[in-house]
Amino acid sequence: MELILARIQFASTTIFHFIFVPISIGLAFIIALMQTLYLVKKNDMYKKMAKFWGKLFLINFAVGVVTGIIQEFQFGMNWSDYSRFVGDVFGAPLAIEALLAFFMESTFIGLWIFGWDRLPKKIHLLSIWLVSIGTMLSALWIMAANSFMQNPVGYTITNGRAEMNDFFAVITNEKLLVAFPHTIFASLATASFLVIGISAWNLLKKRDVDFFKKSIHITLIIGLISSLGIAFSGHSQAKYLVTAQPMKMAAAEGLWEDSGDPAAWTLFANIDVEQKVSNTRIDIPYLLSYLSYGKFEGKVEGMNTIQAKYEKLYGEGDYIPPVKTTFWSFRIMVAAGGLMILLALVGLIQYWRKKIDVSTKLLKWLIFAISLPFIANTSGWIMSEIGRQPWVVNGLMLTTDGISPNVSAGSILFSLIAFSVIYTLLAIVMVYLFIRVIKKGPNDMDKEDVTSTDPFSVGRVG
Amino acid sequence: MELSTLWFLLIGVLFVGFVFLEGFDFGVGMATRFLARNELEKRVLINTIGPHWDANEVWLLTAGGAMFAAFPHWYATVFSGFYLPFVVLLLALIARGVAFEFRGKQETKQWRTIWDLAIFLGSILPPFLLGVLFTCFIQGLPVDEHMNMHANFFDIVNLYTVTGGLAFVLLTYMHGLMFISLKTTGELRENARNTALKMHLLSGMVVVLFTILTAFNTDAFSDKGWILIPVYSVAIILYLVLYPLLVKGKEGWSFTVTSLILVLVTSSFFITLFPNVVISTIGDANNISIAEAASGNYSLGIMTIVALTMVPIVLGYTIWSYYIFRKRVSHNEHLEY
Repeated sequence: MELILARIQFASTTIFHFIFVPISIGLAFIIALMQTLYLVKKNDMYKKMAKFWGKLFLINFAVGVVTGIIQEFQFGMNWSDYSRFVGDVFGAPLAIEALLAFFMESTFIGLWIFGWDRLPKKIHLLSIWLVSIGTMLSALWIMAANSFMQNPVGYTITNGRAEMNDFFAVITNEKLLVAFPHTIFASLATASFLVIGISAWNLLKKRDVDFFKKSIHITLIIGLISSLGIAFSGHSQAKYLVTAQPMKMAAAEGLWEDSGDPAAWTLFANIDVEQKVSNTRIDIPYLLSYLSYGKFEGKVEGMNTIQAKYEKLYGEGDYIPPVKTTFWSFRIMVAAGGLMILLALVGLIQYWRKKIDVSTKLLKWLIFAISLPFIANTSGWIMSEIGRQPWVVNGLMLTTDGISPNVSAGSILFSLIAFSVIYTLLAIVMVYLFIRVIKKGPNDMDKEDVTSTDPFSVGRVG
Repeated sequence: MELSTLWFLLIGVLFVGFVFLEGFDFGVGMATRFLARNELEKRVLINTIGPHWDANEVWLLTAGGAMFAAFPHWYATVFSGFYLPFVVLLLALIARGVAFEFRGKQETKQWRTIWDLAIFLGSILPPFLLGVLFTCFIQGLPVDEHMNMHANFFDIVNLYTVTGGLAFVLLTYMHGLMFISLKTTGELRENARNTALKMHLLSGMVVVLFTILTAFNTDAFSDKGWILIPVYSVAIILYLVLYPLLVKGKEGWSFTVTSLILVLVTSSFFITLFPNVVISTIGDANNISIAEAASGNYSLGIMTIVALTMVPIVLGYTIWSYYIFRKRVSHNEHLEY
């Protein structure tokens, strides 16, 4: 019971946290870019852009920060045996993340928010760039920690725990090298599609057309580049999986027996976990070989083969992750990613043909497309973490063994309910505030500033 | 010095830094309820800490991360053992964090009321809980031979720990008032000082009670009296000196004094713990020493290099950001929040 509750809590708080994280990472970069254009081109439109999108960024950033505090503490709270076992290796990147990234983003975001009139323009611009770099460094270190769970390297088992013996190996973990770019591209795409969708809505309503055309242009370009980047880095992830985490790969393919050579990629399958078969498959020949090895030959091991190997290696046990979840989350991610590339491409073409603001249907699609990166991010993480099961540290520690032995099911249930309630409220408030800011539009922002400097206008928003 | 001892010291410094910096943020947050008389004063107060509170909170996150990395057993024992208090602490910090950003986004009264409450609870609960937890550390906790803590309600909540919590609340409130007197103008500035004067006796009594209870409930003064008696004495003398400073309106000195008191009080917890990180009430054999809790020397060495490189840089831009926002906040200028 404790295990299930602790897992639900970790999964739900992490998934929720990762709604806001990619927006923060991506928007900080986009806003820094807009503000750079403002300084280079001396066009006030770009300043307005930085301020307007900055408002959404700050609302989002606040939620990202507070939901991140839980992340830092809940390893110790819910997974104390895990923490004891891996702290020597896994804790270091977390501490470094705080020291290197958290201080930087939080200090310079303060300087950016309050510095518009207090700092020289170039220093103010530098502040938002440092925020952007801070968010990316933060991603780097937390991904370094996660990569150790997926593919433990740079350690020895001493004193009954994993102790670091090669820091360089930890930060050049092959998993990290493929997953970090994938995450950064995904974050840039998430924020881009958010800006694209909001701009599309305004273009449909014919509000502030120039402003939102410029916004959509910048983000369509970033959106297309990053969506393609996601695909390429995703491909290198697959190649990594085949060698380092073959069980996850096989589960993601619903592949029970070894594949033929060349291996076909399964588009659809009716997976029967009881019988250990995948029925009514729709296969695309050669594709799995290509995904796994970058060439049109080579076979991929199936779950039964790997299970037999693992039993020899680790003893009796079921080493097959939840196959259906891994299989379908992978496909949902790929489908959402594919749609993102397509929509960004079509959008950009329509923009270059100067038809973006009259392509009603496309604009509606682009509003809907706000959801795509979130679907892809979430299902990608589900695939990655569910596919790692039953291990918490691949090959080293089972998830069952990581839990806090002294925390009762009742306590976890209480925290799970408490966090769920407060997170639901946060989500509602955030969406509400987003809609308010968007409806107000980019032109009303400065008016507020005027009224709030008036000491007699008690209660005006600043 | 052993690397593990160095990291014990560093984590102590991180907590001290956190209490010193976030201490006035908490105090200012409490003042939005107790000191501000209208909406405009509330906003001025929030804006005094606006650019800083987020970075100040990072001291706590870094301390937590450093505990995880340098002392996995300390981190695991404490965070799982204090599960429910940490849940409440997290909820409070979440509420406070978003409230600063959200409160100014809409003008209706109910909206403000909600976020004002979040700021207040989010500013008074964390120092209280941290005071309780720090006191628990030195009081000792039922930790078994597998380093797992099985604390019941009264292990965590009793006269001694609640006094510790109250002392933290009152001291951070005084500290916040001093910060306000430094960062605002006019009546607000005056009122902050006057309120601190009124609070002086009450807070002082709680601090003295805490000292007495410490003498009865821990071995602090018998074991390490040579250092802890001076530490507590200096803190109490400083507290007495605060009164004339407040009367004379020496704002800078008053703030320095409340800072030093918080630094001394927070340090005293770590001095009492040393050379352990966890004191067990089940038996001395179950105490967790610095050496037992620590990571390996390789890992500590890497982190030492990172910390020695990064800490001066972090301190540099932190001080710079306070320098940039050194001006007093007044209602005559643009208020961001």
